Amino acid sequence: MTQKKIGLLLLLPALLMVLVLFLFPLGISMHAAFTDKQGVLTFEHFIKAQSLYSTDMMFTLFITLTASVLVCLCSLVLSGLMGLSESRFLVASLKWLYRWPLFIPFIVAAQCMRTFLAKNGLMNNSFVALGLYEPASSISFLDWRGIIITFVWKQTPFVTLMLAGAVASLDRSMIEAARNLGASRLRVMVEIIIPQVMPVLMVGLILSFVTMMSVLSVPMMVAGSQPTLLTVDMAFRINSYGDYPTANALGVISYCMTSLVAWFYLRQQMRDHAHQPM
Amino acid sequence: MTMLHLSTFSRRLLQGLGVGLLAFFLLGPLANLVLWSVAERWYTPFKLPVTYGTKYWEVVFRPTGDAMTSLTTSVGIALAVVVVTLIVSVPAGYALARLRLPFRAAIMLLFLLPQAFPSVAIYINVARIFYWIGLNGTVIGVVLVHSVHALVYSVWIAAAAFSSIDQDLEWAARNIGASPLKTFVSVTLPLAAPGLVAASIFVFLESLDEFTGTFFVGVPQVTTLPLLLYNASMGGNYQVASITALILLVPSIGFMLIIERFLKGDVLSKIGR
Repeated sequence: MTQKKIGLLLLLPALLMVLVLFLFPLGISMHAAFTDKQGVLTFEHFIKAQSLYSTDMMFTLFITLTASVLVCLCSLVLSGLMGLSESRFLVASLKWLYRWPLFIPFIVAAQCMRTFLAKNGLMNNSFVALGLYEPASSISFLDWRGIIITFVWKQTPFVTLMLAGAVASLDRSMIEAARNLGASRLRVMVEIIIPQVMPVLMVGLILSFVTMMSVLSVPMMVAGSQPTLLTVDMAFRINSYGDYPTANALGVISYCMTSLVAWFYLRQQMRDHAHQPM
Repeated sequence: MTMLHLSTFSRRLLQGLGVGLLAFFLLGPLANLVLWSVAERWYTPFKLPVTYGTKYWEVVFRPTGDAMTSLTTSVGIALAVVVVTLIVSVPAGYALARLRLPFRAAIMLLFLLPQAFPSVAIYINVARIFYWIGLNGTVIGVVLVHSVHALVYSVWIAAAAFSSIDQDLEWAARNIGASPLKTFVSVTLPLAAPGLVAASIFVFLESLDEFTGTFFVGVPQVTTLPLLLYNASMGGNYQVASITALILLVPSIGFMLIIERFLKGDVLSKIGR
């Protein structure tokens, strides 16, 4: 037997698992989304999905993109401070603090936020106790804001971890030269560090975006009512009506949203590779 | 001179305030969880629990209670998932690390796909297939769903672990007359063990914390800890939900503290390559 054949044989069980438990259901979902009961190509499920859930489609894009932008900003600030600050206290305390949500499961994060962000939760209570506002004017954040806060809370450490690694492996001499020539830390960050860690940042953000598009527990537990994310709508179509065609049409729409983001990334990558060998 | 001192002082103050605010937002939600787990009564307008106690801990840890059953189910499923993924990913990882393969990059990417797709739409169809063949609501069904989702960790980390081993050691064993299988079992496998342990921990946690797949494939017969948490929370029983959440937190945080011991830099730098 050739090495190629042995290799494929060793890979076979793992490949079969992906084929049967991922690619086959993916095919079924596409098939169900695009065909009617007789198996004829149709777009009626998409028209139905559009008429019922167009608000939620915009809502999903708005939530996931806003959360991604916020994750991007927060992780840049955190990794920049950890990489450039001269205050040992600041660097040490940030390093200790930022990782906490990293390995916390989404369902646990959702439960934490369900209590923390409530009208009578620890956040409002602490601000009232500090005298920042009156108890009567405290509001519940358990709606779209809660979903965004939970996503940012959960995903920022992940992207920061990747970014901090990239910043640490940069050539320090260029940064130090810029600092010696009088460049401010902000300028070093924007003009020297960010361009170099951009590929890592994009990978982290895309992985975060896909994760946010897949999570079911956070929108269900943190914000109950309408509008909501497409994941919840899919679960609802199945559990309440057994309506597979519409649910799968929504599924295809969520694939398209992630593919769009991935496509932007790939295009960016190719352009970068064309200009400079990496 | 005074101005310089003032500015240093105010900078320190600003840093302290910033770190404090960050700590509040990062740790506050966890503090709220801990408070709920020991709150016997807590209602508006009280800012802190009215009475504290461990009543609900006793409810959760009662040997015949739902939580203990769920804990056993969850740990059993997670261990089975570790076994299944190891069985398929040790040979796969070895092949990816050592042998010349056609479409190697595409194969590596294929294992990432289940994580890179919005999973709800996949799970509803897996549940449908499982319903046709009678696997819905069974532990085996849940184990399969968790395994394929966790496969990317085990295959990628196993491949990285095998490729970070110095191949000269394997050749030395072959030269003194060891068979290929003997070489693999007594040289390659022990050297790859720390990486495989790290992969197993990743897989174990992934399965333990998995909610969406179990929600579609496991209900109503298989209730893992995340499903118990969800049911308790939606039913308004925040104490049981918080205690269940804390049980799920222990392995996650423990893992964060020990991961660097198993996942060394030489393996880490090869993951996904």
